[in-house]
Amino acid sequence: MAAAETYPDGLRYNAEHDWARVEGDEAVLGITWHAADALGELVHYEAPEVGTAIAKGGSYGEVESVKAVSDLISPLSGEVLEVNAIVVDAPETVNDDPYGNGWLVRVRLSNPAEIESLLDVEAYRKELD
Amino acid sequence: MKLIYEKSRPGRRGLEIPKPDLPVPAIPAGLARKTPPRLPEMAEPEVMRHFTELSRRNFGIDIGFYPLGSCTMKYNPRVNERLVGLPGFRDLHPLVEDDAAQGALELEWNLQEILRAVTGLPGVSLQPAAGSQGELTGLLCMRAYFDDIGEGEQRRKIVIPDTAHGTNPASVTMAGYEVTPVKTDARGNIDIDDLRTKVDEHTAGLMLTNPSTLGLFDENIEQIRDIFHAAGALMYYDGANLNAVVGISRPGDMGFDIVHINLHKTFSQPHGGGGPGGGPIAVAAKIDPYLPAPVVVRDGEGFRLDYDRPKSIGKVRGFSGPFGVFVRSYAFMRAWGPGLKQMSEIAVLNANYMRVRLQGAYELPYDRLCMHEFVLSARALKRDHGITALDVAKRLMDFNYHPPTVYFPLVVPEALMIEPTETEAKETLDEFCDAMLQIAREAAESPDELRAAPHGRPVERLDEVRAARNPIVRYGFARADDDV
Amino acid sequence: MSYTSLTDADRDAMLEAIGVASIEELFRDIPEAMRFRGALDVPPALSEAELTRHMEQLAAKNVLDEVSFLGAGIYDHYVPAVVDAVLQRGEFLTAYTPYQPELSQGVLQAIFEYQTAICELTGMDVSNASGYDGATVAADVCFVAKATTGRSKIVITEATNPQVRQVVKTFARGFGLEVVEVPHSGGVTDPAAVRAAAQDAAAVIFQHPNFFGCLEQAPEIAAAANDAGALPVAHVDLISLGVLEAPGNYGCAFAIGEGQSAGNSMSYGGPHYGFLAAREPYMRRLPGRIVGETVDIAGKRGFVLTLQTREQHIRREKATSNITTNQTLLALAGLVHLSLLGPQGLRETAETCMALSAYAKDRLQAKGLELLFPEQATFKEFAVRVGRNGREVTRAARTQGVNPGYPLVRDYPELDDAILVAVTERRTVEEIDRLAEVLAP
Repeated sequence: MAAAETYPDGLRYNAEHDWARVEGDEAVLGITWHAADALGELVHYEAPEVGTAIAKGGSYGEVESVKAVSDLISPLSGEVLEVNAIVVDAPETVNDDPYGNGWLVRVRLSNPAEIESLLDVEAYRKELD
Repeated sequence: MKLIYEKSRPGRRGLEIPKPDLPVPAIPAGLARKTPPRLPEMAEPEVMRHFTELSRRNFGIDIGFYPLGSCTMKYNPRVNERLVGLPGFRDLHPLVEDDAAQGALELEWNLQEILRAVTGLPGVSLQPAAGSQGELTGLLCMRAYFDDIGEGEQRRKIVIPDTAHGTNPASVTMAGYEVTPVKTDARGNIDIDDLRTKVDEHTAGLMLTNPSTLGLFDENIEQIRDIFHAAGALMYYDGANLNAVVGISRPGDMGFDIVHINLHKTFSQPHGGGGPGGGPIAVAAKIDPYLPAPVVVRDGEGFRLDYDRPKSIGKVRGFSGPFGVFVRSYAFMRAWGPGLKQMSEIAVLNANYMRVRLQGAYELPYDRLCMHEFVLSARALKRDHGITALDVAKRLMDFNYHPPTVYFPLVVPEALMIEPTETEAKETLDEFCDAMLQIAREAAESPDELRAAPHGRPVERLDEVRAARNPIVRYGFARADDDV
Repeated sequence: MSYTSLTDADRDAMLEAIGVASIEELFRDIPEAMRFRGALDVPPALSEAELTRHMEQLAAKNVLDEVSFLGAGIYDHYVPAVVDAVLQRGEFLTAYTPYQPELSQGVLQAIFEYQTAICELTGMDVSNASGYDGATVAADVCFVAKATTGRSKIVITEATNPQVRQVVKTFARGFGLEVVEVPHSGGVTDPAAVRAAAQDAAAVIFQHPNFFGCLEQAPEIAAAANDAGALPVAHVDLISLGVLEAPGNYGCAFAIGEGQSAGNSMSYGGPHYGFLAAREPYMRRLPGRIVGETVDIAGKRGFVLTLQTREQHIRREKATSNITTNQTLLALAGLVHLSLLGPQGLRETAETCMALSAYAKDRLQAKGLELLFPEQATFKEFAVRVGRNGREVTRAARTQGVNPGYPLVRDYPELDDAILVAVTERRTVEEIDRLAEVLAP
């Protein structure tokens, strides 16, 4: 069942509709409700390999629905520690729970200063309007 | 309906093969097949019935109106099917010496001459197998030209409008170029101010369809031509919409250097459920040396294939091209003669007539004369009644129409792109417009019923998510029959 | 007057509704400098009877040999009448690409059945709905191999069809790929030479049976490619797969080829269809359309185009290919032919080709001619040395009503006294005897 529209407080966002949950020197990344809703029900997650270096603003993978493909634009730079196997097996988890079980990758941050340039939920909401 | 594999029974057979009384040589160990392929085992009557049954679950131009924008679904003349079956065409091997293929070569020459006349460009290659292959061929010729004049390294970019068909950027990537997108303005033309910022000495060329996928002739085409030629760049014409301008405006006169023609659109090659097609290209004299080899040339009284083309980009398809497609297109052109101009006039007349009948009930994003096609938006229906372009499309099936193109071009939300072509009678256009108007009323009065469309088809709306998530792309054999 | 209904009354009513005085006004957006004001320089219009006469005259200028052993990639196999009958169904012939599945279950199911047949024959997991021909699918696979492996070199055997190699080289440039050929030796390819060449290659393409008709050491070549980390691509003949092992069963990543031998007339080179099949890991990178099975909202089985996100209309500049129009109708012809044959009929066709070509080899040798590659096992084609320039011998033979085959000098200058003789199930013992008479020194 697709989730209702929400944008949690404790997360940081970028303008490309990706979110980050910072946990010490690591972060968990995913896509927002808005992105999941625009794509429609996801059918495929092309995930990066563990150990890959990803750069802020760069693409680290793709998600696909029947009718669309979207690059995943990383809000932060770092090294991929873990890929969410639940989403690889059942991509629709992102639509059902975009901020919880629908997380995409966990990374070790290489440049924590980048966090400052991300949007908080208020600023992200303004982007959506 | 059962799959042919589900109808198969061991021991049945549809075709006998001559078996000479000769020994069969052994196949070396390690190369021989161990398990037979599980092809159907059926007698001829069952095979004929299976495919007939399949065909009756399919819609074609022969069945009804098929107004797909930019596809040019015109009537496919039946005499052409007879002509491709003439043994002198059907049984000719492509590698015979030229003296044995003079009829085929003369046909190809004549076809090239007509394409020269229609495009206003002198160099022609018939080789590309489809429009998108024509695009790639044209772009490779462009690369060869710039390399030859020493500008290959500097020119890496192709400008493409945001209304472009997806093949354009895909072809650009395959040719090793980069896409530079340019915006469309409120009149539906390329945004000239945006264009000026996008064209410079790094630009190789423009890819443009004119009229565009909006069905609109670009009002700024002269300025566009001047901008590109001043920058030393080339202009590529996507011929998908050529049906609007044959005998009325020639791409060469619009300033284009390379043109591809879709023989399966403008010149009636049947679409065959997805193909075959033909995508010949016509080019300006300076691009001619780079065309794929061989090229058909006159040789005294006869014709031959000229392979001596040292600057050619090479070969893009086997032999001289899809010859059977040439036979049909050439026959179509000979049936019209110079009257091909009337073909385009009627195509444009039909489209404008439908536009004025529908523009009240549906939003017309670009309120100007259209050419052979036009784009409506169902945005208001979605906003007010929750009815989308997709819903309209499915409901049209209940009236025995194939829907128009939907959700393209991308610049129009809830787009419906309608191209009637010249082979439709006025009554057909009126009846289709009546159906569209009725659907607009249903959107307001009974949207839930509308959304249940289509009815009475072999299947209802299909679960495309399931098909993409767990693709089943071949019959599994091991499963039990699950036919319904 | 061609295929339109417009009467004067229609035109007048429509112009009035549109609000313009004449058809000419509908073109007022076109700048005058770009208006073509003359008459198109094309010959006058023909009625159907006149058109037919003109086309019959053209067809009559083509010379069909009484007996032909010409092959070299396009073959004179028998096309059953049911194929023509099915292709003439207007619902197949005049249909568009099946983007609206409720109206296109016929074409979609037919393509699904075709995909299944190709997978069965090649031992692969997924097939696309067809490519343009046997040469362009080789270029397609190079594009996929580069994207999959990240490598920029393609290895292709010299014993692969010359047109396939030419087309690969033409497109390799745009794809940013280097193409390296592995020479043949004695009409076949040495797997050790492949292994050496395939270091940092994205793919190794090898034809089997090869252009000379010889059987390659296909499993060893595939292994050599795999050892080097390159994707093995077998370019194969559908008829041969009735008796030869499927490429998917000896380590190939892809199987491609020219489908014409199943279901298509020769038709001076086209239209035909290229087939492209792959192992499961490459499914999402495959170019071209793919039909998948699903269910509708009532739970009924149905078919749709699937994995469309690979394709140009969605992925645009990042698409796996720009292909849109393909060769569906010709692939359908292939499916019909294969369905009539079944596994037994396909095997018999292959065996008849082999039996007759073995007989041809014997008869020619009995007349004192030498085989070019006598050591090699062949399938339905073989090369014979005719003592002098192959092209001249061919011309002379044709004056006696027999086309002996393809002079190899046209592509391999060093093989100038050899002719490639193709023997399909349509040839007879009498025709082969006649060939031997005509070629005898």
